[in-house]
Amino acid sequence: MAKKQQVKEKRKPQVKREKEAIEVEGTVTEALPNATFRVELANGHKVLAYVSGKIRLYFIRVLPGDRVLVELSPYDLTRGRITYRFK
Amino acid sequence: MNPGGITIKSDKELDLMRQAGQVVAQAKALVSEAVEPGVTTRELDRIAEEEIKRAGATPSFKGYPGVAQTPFPATICVSLNEEIVHGIPGDRVLREGDIVSIDVGAIVGGFHGDSAFTMGVGAISEEASRLIDATREALKQGIARAKSGARLTDISAAVQKYSEGLGYSVVRQYVGHGIGRALHEEPQVPNYGKAGRGPLLRKGMTIAIEPMLNVGGWEAVQLDDGWTVVTADGALSAHFEDTIAITEDGPEVLTSPSG
Repeated sequence: MAKKQQVKEKRKPQVKREKEAIEVEGTVTEALPNATFRVELANGHKVLAYVSGKIRLYFIRVLPGDRVLVELSPYDLTRGRITYRFK
Repeated sequence: MNPGGITIKSDKELDLMRQAGQVVAQAKALVSEAVEPGVTTRELDRIAEEEIKRAGATPSFKGYPGVAQTPFPATICVSLNEEIVHGIPGDRVLREGDIVSIDVGAIVGGFHGDSAFTMGVGAISEEASRLIDATREALKQGIARAKSGARLTDISAAVQKYSEGLGYSVVRQYVGHGIGRALHEEPQVPNYGKAGRGPLLRKGMTIAIEPMLNVGGWEAVQLDDGWTVVTADGALSAHFEDTIAITEDGPEVLTSPSG
C-alpha cells in the first residue's frame, strides 16, 4: 500500500515579536560582567539589561551614567535589552 | 543506531518479515489465478483474506488508518485502469480488457509484508500491456539500486529515469516506504528525484519500493471515498511493489515466491 507523501515543512526562523517588548529610557548605574548592566529606569525600577547584538557589533561602549533605551520583555520586567545609547 | 528514524532489523526480525513476505506472495498468486472477466473485486478480496488467515497471518490493510481519514475496509486494494492505488474492493465486475492492480499486505509475528502487481483481464490493448511491462521493469531497476552503501534516492532516480525514458510519468504524491513493525515506516521512498541524496542504505533496513506509472501525466487525485486514487487525466496507471531487505549480498526480495 503506497504511502501518501508527506512533505516536511521547513522550520521558519522565529521572528522576534518586537511589538510585544516595552521600550523605556533609563540610566546605566553599574557595569556587570558579560556585557550586562544594571539600569535604573525613568520610573525608578532597576533592571538587569544586556547589550543587544547590534550595539556590540558596532563597538558602542556603554558606561555607567549613560542614558540608554531598554527593551523589556513583557514576561519578565526585571530583565531587558539595551538597544540604543543616547549621545 | 537509528539514523533518521529508520529501523534496522535483526536476523530474527528479518526472518519474520520473510515469512510475512511469503504469505503475501502466496496470496498474490492465488488472486492472480482468479482474475478473469466476470469476477467481482470483492471476490478477489475474499480469496486473499482467506489465504492470509489460513496461513495464520493478519491482513495489514484492513482497518489501516494511516493514509486516509477512514480506515481501509478490506484486505487488498484493487485498482482498475485509471485508478492508481488504494481501490476498495466491492461489487464491481472485472471486464475483458481492464487492467487490475492488486495490493496485498500481511502481518506475521508483528511484521508486515507489502507487495502489489498489475495484470490484464483477458486480452488487453498493446498500450496497456506495454505499461504493465514497463512498471514491472521499473520496480526491478529500483530494486537493483537498493544496495548497502547506496543512497536512498539512487532507487528513486533509477525508477524515474527508466520510466520517463519510455515516455511514462511516475506518480509523485504517493511513495514507497520503510516497513517493519509498522506498515509505513521511515524513510519515504519516492519514485522520482536526483540520485545520491537521502539516507545511506545499510544492512537490516527493509523498504517497500513501489513505482506507479501513468500513461498520461503524473498528477493524482483522491476520490471522495477517502481512499481510491486516480490519475487526474483519466489515463491508465499500473503499480508494482515488493518489500525488500538490504543485505550484504545486495537486495533480497521478501515478497517474491520462494523467497
